Amino acid sequence: MRVTLDPEALHGPFVREIEAISEQNLLKCNQCGRCSAGCPVVEEMDLLPNQIIRLAQLGLETVIDSQTPWMCASCLMCQSRCPKGVDLPRVMEAVRQIALRRGDSRVLAGRVDGSLLASAPQMAVIGALRRGER
Amino acid sequence: MTSTERVYGYFPGCTLATTAVDYDASGRAVAAALDLELREVPDWNCCGASFPLSAENVMNFIAPARTLIAAQREGQDLATLCAVCFHVLKRSDSYLRTHPEAADRLNAFVTEGDYDGRVKVRHLLGILRDDLGWEVVRRHVAAPLQGLRAAPYYGCLLLRPEAEMELDNPEAPKVLHNLLLALGAEPVGFARQAECCGSTLLVSAPEANQRLSTAVIESARSAGAMIVVTACPLCKFNLDRAQEGLPAAERLPVAYFTQAMAAAFGLAEHAGPVSPLQAAA
Repeated sequence: MRVTLDPEALHGPFVREIEAISEQNLLKCNQCGRCSAGCPVVEEMDLLPNQIIRLAQLGLETVIDSQTPWMCASCLMCQSRCPKGVDLPRVMEAVRQIALRRGDSRVLAGRVDGSLLASAPQMAVIGALRRGER
Repeated sequence: MTSTERVYGYFPGCTLATTAVDYDASGRAVAAALDLELREVPDWNCCGASFPLSAENVMNFIAPARTLIAAQREGQDLATLCAVCFHVLKRSDSYLRTHPEAADRLNAFVTEGDYDGRVKVRHLLGILRDDLGWEVVRRHVAAPLQGLRAAPYYGCLLLRPEAEMELDNPEAPKVLHNLLLALGAEPVGFARQAECCGSTLLVSAPEANQRLSTAVIESARSAGAMIVVTACPLCKFNLDRAQEGLPAAERLPVAYFTQAMAAAFGLAEHAGPVSPLQAAA
């Protein structure tokens, strides 16, 4: 992937917004890749978890177009294994929040399969909609 | 009348009150058998089913905080069965204790009182291990689960993050193993025992969820398990759903740990999918 770096963006509003919502210092990540190595959902993602935080560090707003934050199940495997103490699920949440605020809802109650809604545990429906619907 | 020394507030949560009633009933039955009194917290509401991961909106903590405040008024530890309720309530307590500004803002919006951060949120597994001990559990076993090769499935949120959940080591958990040993079963470790089943991807990405749950089932099956034992109603649902296309004889049954306990305690009406295996053993 070819990217253009903008020195201004490294400390720009997008980085600040992610850091404010996630309460994480993105530059703590040194790209060891342990998050991606342990992630059980990695095969469903278009960008690896470590690539998400790398793009975010660089202030590249393309992260909000990725499917990865929406495939993250917030299972905390990466969080519990990160040698730098980065809480990556919170960074994923920040990306989702920014996408949602820009009008990009990925989970809509009206679009969920009706038979699934009728049988699924309440916790799954509530949890999914709280995460993904504006 | 026997005097009960161990009294806990009890939070069933949305799913145990509706779709996972067998988890709730078996949990209450085995607790009663062990002289643990579970007093349902008055006027509880859903915990929110997901721990708020963004710092900005303190409103996301209102749902768990209301229940914590209700439990605080009762003055007992707050016991849970659902792994996600345990996760949300325990971490909300931790967050509000370590973020006094957020707690102040929240308290301004909750009319029932202020949360003072003194509720101990517990999971029944921790209560069994730490308050009773495995020896006491063993003494209640009337029908040991001999020959039952059971895969203890921890999933994701019951254990992580370790420092906040304070239940077990997520990389090498033992609590379900040790419970199964106390019940006379044969715990079978497997590679995906603490990996996610897909969780709420069930709703947002059902195909991905299916693949994740299938991987968990296949991992337990290849380790030689006859049954999977869980503490989470969403894990149970996802693992069952992943096997819907299989002939009945090829499905790996999934039971709540409380159903395994009920089977071993001789409470057959609460033993769920453990019953037929116990009869066959």
